Amino acid sequence: MTNATSFSGSAVIQDPTGLHARPAVKLTKLAKGFLSKVEVRSGEAGAWVNAKSPNAVMKLKARHGETLHLRADGEDAAEAVDRLVALIESDFAE
Amino acid sequence: MSEHILQGIGVSGGVAVAPLFTLPVEEDATRAQMAPEGERQALQDAIAAAAASLARLIKEVSDDAAAMLEFQAVLLEDEDLLAPVFEAIDTGEAADQAWRTTLNQEIEFYLDSDPEDETFAARGSDLADLRDRVLASLFGRDRSSLQPAVPSIVLAVDLPPSRFLEMDRDSMAGLALGVGSRTSHVSLLARARGLPLVVGLGALPAEGHRGDAVLDADEGRLVLHPSHDTRLAAEQRARMERAAREQMSRSNSQPAITAAGEDVAVMINVDHPSILEEAKAVNCDGVGLTRTEFLFQTGTPSETAQLEAYSRILAWAGGRPVTIRTLDAGGDKPLPGITREGEANPFLGVRGLRLSLINKALFKVQLRALLRASAIGPLKMMLPMVTDPAEIDRVRALLREAAGELSVEGKRFGEPSLGMMVEVPVAALAAEEFDADFYSIGTNDLVQYATACARDNVEVAGLARGDHPGVIRLIEAVVAAGRQRNVEVSVCGDMASDPGGVKVLLAAGVRALSVAPAQIGCVKETVRAFGSEN
Repeated sequence: MTNATSFSGSAVIQDPTGLHARPAVKLTKLAKGFLSKVEVRSGEAGAWVNAKSPNAVMKLKARHGETLHLRADGEDAAEAVDRLVALIESDFAE
Repeated sequence: MSEHILQGIGVSGGVAVAPLFTLPVEEDATRAQMAPEGERQALQDAIAAAAASLARLIKEVSDDAAAMLEFQAVLLEDEDLLAPVFEAIDTGEAADQAWRTTLNQEIEFYLDSDPEDETFAARGSDLADLRDRVLASLFGRDRSSLQPAVPSIVLAVDLPPSRFLEMDRDSMAGLALGVGSRTSHVSLLARARGLPLVVGLGALPAEGHRGDAVLDADEGRLVLHPSHDTRLAAEQRARMERAAREQMSRSNSQPAITAAGEDVAVMINVDHPSILEEAKAVNCDGVGLTRTEFLFQTGTPSETAQLEAYSRILAWAGGRPVTIRTLDAGGDKPLPGITREGEANPFLGVRGLRLSLINKALFKVQLRALLRASAIGPLKMMLPMVTDPAEIDRVRALLREAAGELSVEGKRFGEPSLGMMVEVPVAALAAEEFDADFYSIGTNDLVQYATACARDNVEVAGLARGDHPGVIRLIEAVVAAGRQRNVEVSVCGDMASDPGGVKVLLAAGVRALSVAPAQIGCVKETVRAFGSEN
């Protein structure tokens, strides 16, 4: 794990109903595809939670217009953050 | 082998010719706790089984339902959610206990965090469904073994309403029960769905019946090893019934007007929201009775969960009035943790409104949900088992209190009309004394109380006649009170769903009926013919 690195990013939730079940499931499914530890929080003040846990992501109660912050730590951290940011920015169209 | 005829009481639906399926007896939910290693494995197996059944369901249902089930499915792979469960098991807790505790905590979080956010609270229901699905596997209750593989006549000693609702309607050609009566709850459910049902068959045959049997709900009997002739005659009648039903369903959307030109409102009874998928709003004049007990089957529903359920029915009705009855627990509908235990005579005890007025905290939640739902559409609120005029006054006071709270909280609410079920004979005789916005006669209980015949006792069922002159006079008294006070009088009991009963009710002056959805066509036809013979 010599190349282990940390990356972070953020994106704003577009969906008028916020981060509801379907997008939450999409986000965690994508996060699970990476080896890195991936965490997410809602807003600057929110607590970091495991982005691979649908229950934890759902409980963020992230609303429309809220910024989701992402951070990943591990071999594929950069790609994980990029792909997750793209997913949120595309309004979970992927 | 020669024909073997079992005689019982026909409840609904006509004739069915199909194989017999004997429903396995469900064991009581107990399991022996093993060492932590075994408990771990048991939970892992139950989770795997639940995941497999969810995957099957996701393929079968529509997109919206699939999205909801998908959320449940991914939760079964949520390591953060499962970690505390397995930790508790390692410290010596039973698998079921550990699973239930953790899931209940999560469910509470969803339901309590913000009652305004309904989509969020709905996730709590998803978790509750998931909790029960895994528990069912853990206790070895494989739901699929409870379903016949081909449409069959389902044979059982008795069938609780919850298990009836779990069964796939298409897998049941008919239902034959050893006990029960025309007015038991499973009878209501079967009638609403047009399912052939015969109850009170007594001792049932041991397993091992091969080939088709004939279930004849018109004659109230089950024929095992039917002869060639019996079978042919039954098949012919089944074909004719199908044809008649199809013809009737074409005139379902037309209004019901008597031969004398009088309009009769025909509404439907909703025992469970699943019935709305089968019924069409254009075929009726609204919902005359919604039984809310279904909401309480798995514990006390939150205000949000209730609001959501009521809103769904209002949306289905599309502007037609929807009558929602407050919780009618007790009597033959016990609810663990809510109704009294050990009453010598529960039919005469703390049931219906009596229970609500004692358990005010529980009642308040329902009143708030009903007030809020009435901002969405025309909602009529109905009180069960009203006995004394003062009871309605007490409910009006509680409603004012709840409305005050809601307006302080800035929540939207409307003003539902407040009516009463007339089921207690003294309330029928003195109906004009009650400050009710409408009367709805619950003939099942009214007949039970007036004739002193328990509705769950097969042996006195013959005496419990809706056309007893004494019962008719009680109904006429309510009709007279309705005219005097200029408020609606409807009938939501079984009599309104039965052609013979409909004639009696129309003759007594009733002009609004609330019926089992499967009976709309038949009731409307009876109304149209009324007055042409005399």
